[in-house]
Amino acid sequence: MTSKVTTMRDAVADVVRDGDTVAIEGFTHLICFAAGHEIIRQRKRDLTLARMTPDVIYDQMVAGGVARKLIFSWLGNPGVGSLHAIRRRIEDHDPGPLEIEEYSHFGMVCRYVAGASNLPFFPIRSYYESDIPAVNPKIVPIASPYEDGEEVYAVPPLRPDVTIVHAQRADESGDAQIWGLLGCQKEAAFAADRVIVVCEEVVEESVIRRDPNRTVIPGVVVDAVVEQPFACHPSFAQGYYDRDNTFYLEWDRIARDAETLETWLKEWVHDLSSHADYLEKWGAAHWDALRPGEAPSGEVDYGRYA
Amino acid sequence: MSTDVSAELGYSKSEIMIAASARGLAGAKNCFVGVGLPNIVCNLAQRTVARDLQLVYESGVFGARPERLPLSIGDPTLVTGATAVTSMFELFAYYLQAGLIDVAFLGGAQIDRFGNLNTTVIGSYDAPKVRLPGSGGACEIAIHARRILVIMRQARRSFVHELDFRTSPGHSGDPAHDAARGWHGSGPTSVVTDLGTYGFDEVTGEMTLLTLHPGVTIEDVRDHTGWEPKVASDLGETPAPTTEELRFIREELDPAGVYTK
Repeated sequence: MTSKVTTMRDAVADVVRDGDTVAIEGFTHLICFAAGHEIIRQRKRDLTLARMTPDVIYDQMVAGGVARKLIFSWLGNPGVGSLHAIRRRIEDHDPGPLEIEEYSHFGMVCRYVAGASNLPFFPIRSYYESDIPAVNPKIVPIASPYEDGEEVYAVPPLRPDVTIVHAQRADESGDAQIWGLLGCQKEAAFAADRVIVVCEEVVEESVIRRDPNRTVIPGVVVDAVVEQPFACHPSFAQGYYDRDNTFYLEWDRIARDAETLETWLKEWVHDLSSHADYLEKWGAAHWDALRPGEAPSGEVDYGRYA
Repeated sequence: MSTDVSAELGYSKSEIMIAASARGLAGAKNCFVGVGLPNIVCNLAQRTVARDLQLVYESGVFGARPERLPLSIGDPTLVTGATAVTSMFELFAYYLQAGLIDVAFLGGAQIDRFGNLNTTVIGSYDAPKVRLPGSGGACEIAIHARRILVIMRQARRSFVHELDFRTSPGHSGDPAHDAARGWHGSGPTSVVTDLGTYGFDEVTGEMTLLTLHPGVTIEDVRDHTGWEPKVASDLGETPAPTTEELRFIREELDPAGVYTK
């Protein structure tokens, strides 16, 4: 088996290209901030950033100047409030306009499903009597070809050039296992042309094979594997570290003021050479404090059929 | 304990909103929960009027048993000990769109008299004065959950005659149209604000003031509503939160007073 294990710097340099549509997915859980920071650090440009919930990571990336367009379904800082850098771009065109294309959650999920399944569209029972289709012509009412011709809405496939997902563990060919909130990472990975899997731990293939039901993304769709513990901070990895809610609250203060945000980006992204520096800058006590207690699952017996 | 507990009444505006909303969950089997107040409401209902209530989160959790109050709907405490954790496709397709969800909470920056909600923009879409988060799952929850409960603070800028943008549909104002929709959901059935509680007229679908919170007058409601509010002929008073409800809220659900201020 050929190893795809590489560094974050090389993975982003090789896989992410200016002008790409990039999806760093993960619904609150497993959002790979370290990959976003590396994209900012490498000063990628003109990206279309797709995510159900842009979250603080896309606020940082938009502020970092990498994006020209945003595709999303819920634009906020979960549990806190607004994403101020993105709002400045949309409301005040400061420091320039940002193109947007918006859906609902189910609409975004089904765009990835259509992309992953090689379908021209996906039909859903959303958007009835909503103004959303009026501002997004890609959401189109269609009649069922069966029976009474019932009206549903079609959403188009989303096929990112690059999807970046984080997993608790993966083997060196990219077979990735995830537990906890699954979001739409599987769909976003299968839909993409190129995939980077970042993980807390690279494990032996035998570890993956012992529990195949837990494999969410198979290595066959993966181009690069990066081992990077705590890569999701301030998001979380179930069983590894907690969501850093204090930082999410703090981001509201940082991002409200463009200059404060610039200073933060310089100090926490541009002036650091890698996520290892970021971990060191926070200090070991910070990471210790985010470790959860234990709640192991019971094991199942797959049986041996020789 | 929250900081704005009225000395006269012994509870805060948020606390009576939470208590009144929780009572609205009596008998519900499952509930689609949002962050903030709805989260506390559902957890209070589990301790009082709906002990078997299954908490459902759009992040993909069915039957959550949170051991702490989550800041976001994607908190790890919702996963540990849950009945099921699913992909978001499964949650929205098999649970929500298929009609398994009894009750859901929605809110917004603007609501109109028929319970239509705006969570998208203030001002025009192309040049918004305020860019709000957008739909998330709201526009589909509004259609598919059997009934919708709304919790919002009441003000003229939020209780508006005309929405700037309709993100999620409520009632149309045309009973024949509503009956012909064929949706699983029957739309908003109640609104709880810091001033009172509302139902929706069974024929016209119009928001109707059912009770005033203690100390609130009809004039207060008119001052905070962007239309002439319809008032029930048997207008009552919202029961104050009980000692037990306040104890759960203050000691177990939000001891730091993050949401109940």
